[in-house]
Amino acid sequence: MWRDAVLVAGKDLRIELRSRVVLHQVLPFGVLVLLLFAFALGPEHGPLRQAAPGLFWLAVLFAGVLAVQRSVAVEGGEGTRDGLRLSGLDPAGIFLGKTVAVVVELLVLEAVLAAGVLLLFGAGVRSAGLLVLASLAGTAGMAAIGTLYGSLSAGLRVRETLLPLLALPVLAPVLVAGTRAWQLGLGTGPSGGSGPWVAMLLVFAAVYLALGVLVFGPLQESA
Amino acid sequence: MAPVVLLRAAVATTGRFPALAGVDLELGQGEVVVLEGANGAGKTSVLRACAGLLPLSAGEATVLGHDLRRDAAAVRRAVGLLGHSPALYDDLTVAENLRFSLRAAGAPAAGRAELLGLLERTGLGGRVAATAAGRLSAGQRRRLGLAVVVGRAPMLWLLDEPHAGLDAEGRTLLEGVLAEALAAGASALVASHEPEVVVPLADRVLTMGGGRVVRSRRGGRRRVLAGGAHVA
Repeated sequence: MWRDAVLVAGKDLRIELRSRVVLHQVLPFGVLVLLLFAFALGPEHGPLRQAAPGLFWLAVLFAGVLAVQRSVAVEGGEGTRDGLRLSGLDPAGIFLGKTVAVVVELLVLEAVLAAGVLLLFGAGVRSAGLLVLASLAGTAGMAAIGTLYGSLSAGLRVRETLLPLLALPVLAPVLVAGTRAWQLGLGTGPSGGSGPWVAMLLVFAAVYLALGVLVFGPLQESA
Repeated sequence: MAPVVLLRAAVATTGRFPALAGVDLELGQGEVVVLEGANGAGKTSVLRACAGLLPLSAGEATVLGHDLRRDAAAVRRAVGLLGHSPALYDDLTVAENLRFSLRAAGAPAAGRAELLGLLERTGLGGRVAATAAGRLSAGQRRRLGLAVVVGRAPMLWLLDEPHAGLDAEGRTLLEGVLAEALAAGASALVASHEPEVVVPLADRVLTMGGGRVVRSRRGGRRRVLAGGAHVA
């Protein structure tokens, strides 16, 4: 399973390095979302600083759905889905590999968006470690859900519109917990312990990674 | 000796349409069987079923000793399918596509030297190897699909319109690698609309219609036995 995961992640990341779809389309989209939020909230740094954690995670969520759609589209070419099934790769390995590739892409995107939040919204950092930990856990959960629901909608003609409808409601806990953790990490929200929020992100990621490993095979067969 | 493929009253549906309506088919070791018939007769469905890609809803099916209905994954690992659209990633180069496919399959030919040899053999060496698959012509894509099948060294070749899109050199290459595989004990199931090209390669020709085999006749292949004798 791990060998197959490394093989699939390497393949997906190589495809991204060549096509640069995430870099040239998804990343600008995420930055655009941040800018539009900034325009909508006005030039005052106060409201922007307060809203920064939520806006960051909303931008990541929207851009993340696009990144997952791209990951699904890579296997949507004529013959490639059959090729993957014929390859003999372990479905759990395929799921983990595709999830890891999306995580890597989203972490790059989040680094740029985080810089945007700090510069555009004038937010300061209180706990960099908390921001990084919350981002890692939230991104892993988001990528696992996206890959899982992406495979569910892969064989359908309406997959582009169906994926956000399926994934976004399920991703709501990531949005809430990620925002709360970032509020604490940026010092913009009510004080309190970050433990429950980070734990929620970690549990969420672990549950969906485990679920994906278990059900990706049957989903691949039925898609 | 157990047949390589054994289908008995095999039934399969795609959506609500019956793709296979009770197919009986037997393929022995080293044998080449050609499937002919009109569009929609069920030729491609037989190949996909034998590859473990089209699940059967009724009947018995054994491929390379594996029960197709219970162990499709083992069948998929063991067969080589050259379909209408080879499984290629357009953004990866020819060499990267081949390397990924063969490593994924755990094929013995996944080493660097073997890959280069395979690319040269299939006319995809040199600059073509570093070209993105999305820039290949239809014939070159076909050759790359063929290179994947050759590299996997399957004991059952499933070829869907194998000559389509290939030039004369490509067709010679295809028939050459197939002959080598057959000599090594592999078997082949070939679906084609070009009887003049494939019937001479076949031991038997099965005509399909309405999702079942409606006629069987001998093909034109002459097998060379040890000592140089031929069997018709």
